Amino acid sequence: MFRNNYDNDSVTFSPQGRIFQVEYAQEAVKQGSVVVGIVSKTHAVLAALKRNAEELSSYQQKIIPIDAHYGLALAGLASDARVLSNFMKQQSLASRLTYDRPIALADITARIGDRAQTNTQQYGKRPYGVGLLIAGVDARGPHLFEFQPSGVTQEMVACGIGARSQMARTYLERHLESFESSSRDELIKHALRAVKESLSQDKELTLDNTSLAVSGVDEPFKLYEGEEVVNFLETTFERREEGDEGQAAGEGMEVDS
Amino acid sequence: MNHFPEAWGRPRDDIYGSYNPQFLPNSHAQQSGHPTTHTQSPIVTGTSVIAVKYKDGVVIAADNLASYGSLARFTDVHRLKPFNKKAVVGFGGDVSDMQYLDRLLNSLDVKENYSHGHDDAESDKALMSAKNLHTYLSKVMYKRRSDFNPLWNALLVCGLSEDGTPFLASVDLLGTTFSAPTLATGFGAHLAQPILRRVVPDEAASKALDKEAAVAAVKECMKVLFYRDARSMNEYSIAVVDKSGVDLKQKEKLEGQSWAFAEQIKGYGTQTV
Repeated sequence: MFRNNYDNDSVTFSPQGRIFQVEYAQEAVKQGSVVVGIVSKTHAVLAALKRNAEELSSYQQKIIPIDAHYGLALAGLASDARVLSNFMKQQSLASRLTYDRPIALADITARIGDRAQTNTQQYGKRPYGVGLLIAGVDARGPHLFEFQPSGVTQEMVACGIGARSQMARTYLERHLESFESSSRDELIKHALRAVKESLSQDKELTLDNTSLAVSGVDEPFKLYEGEEVVNFLETTFERREEGDEGQAAGEGMEVDS
Repeated sequence: MNHFPEAWGRPRDDIYGSYNPQFLPNSHAQQSGHPTTHTQSPIVTGTSVIAVKYKDGVVIAADNLASYGSLARFTDVHRLKPFNKKAVVGFGGDVSDMQYLDRLLNSLDVKENYSHGHDDAESDKALMSAKNLHTYLSKVMYKRRSDFNPLWNALLVCGLSEDGTPFLASVDLLGTTFSAPTLATGFGAHLAQPILRRVVPDEAASKALDKEAAVAAVKECMKVLFYRDARSMNEYSIAVVDKSGVDLKQKEKLEGQSWAFAEQIKGYGTQTV
């Protein structure tokens, strides 16, 4: 009855000046599970919550290492992210072959930005339904870039995208000042805590559903999953859980008396 | 022996039949029925380029002459081309191919500045280094030789690598790369390289060499090249690349020449022994 006439393709503006296909694609990003990225003066960290379609299935990959110096975290359609990441891998390799240098993060981000934008401008094409956080270290230091289906790219100090990511962003905004001078370990803790903020009540970060990636000046991009994240999870949440328990016990005593 | 240069290096007609031009692209199918070959030999040429690495940079020099065969045709051709603040490329060989490469490097520089051009210390670190440039040029040269359309040059690429250490390497028309503390192309490889190696026998010696000594060695070599290379002239360009950037002088004159040795030379030319 009130069918939207302006969302059939990505080349038609609505009378309000909107392109609905692009906005729908941005909704796809919000359906994906949360990913968080932070940079300090020396490191760039990505943390992600992995989802499994069902109890018996494996978990969807959320962080893709691209080159020795950087990688990305995705929220949205994983298959679109794979297309983009394959393109990024090719471009990164081309840079190493023709110039013998690791590609600049600003460069590669601009390239996928351009690619995504042309998809919003050609009839018969659709925007990519995925948001990316691209993090790593290049000749000009650590960087974090956010990529959106519209082709918009921005450099960020910290960023969270995906389902319920507002909670993560609130956490990040609260601790914004401390990121720049954070150590590697502190940065990892912040990233994991930000992800935890976005979790629904019945969920918890475990070795199965947590992905973490770190890169730093003179430290290649490395993805930590499974057993390798156990240590990070323990050191990050140990103190908080103790605190929570202590508080709970205290409250219990008060109720008793 | 067959006296037609056209036939040299080709399968003999009397054995293999004449060349079949059928598959040549239209643009190449001329009356001769042979592939285009004018891009496969140099026309206007520059002679040697020489360079030395010293403890905090590189010195490079080449004279300003472009010869048309043995004719000293152009005397104001600058064969050292600076690239951003970190590198200089010295061109030997065909001058038109040098001009093509120069335009290529200019467009590369524009592209580089467009994508991350800020004029601050932080951005200087991300500038394309001499090493990056050398890798790029080696791929260009190798691609062109693989197309059977080589750029008829011998290049020296010098400057600083990403970590700020002096860098010097060569590429030739085949895409062959080579690196050493001292390098010379063309006739210089025979006349100047031995002199430079006496000053800088190895990497360690180059780390101990100061700028003045390096410049003096290069100037001495330019003089020897002018004495003995018949395609050279007494005006040359010399550049020093170090942390402070590129210092390029394009109108240097040879100093302190002494042709006394020439009287001793006998056995050719107009004299009768």
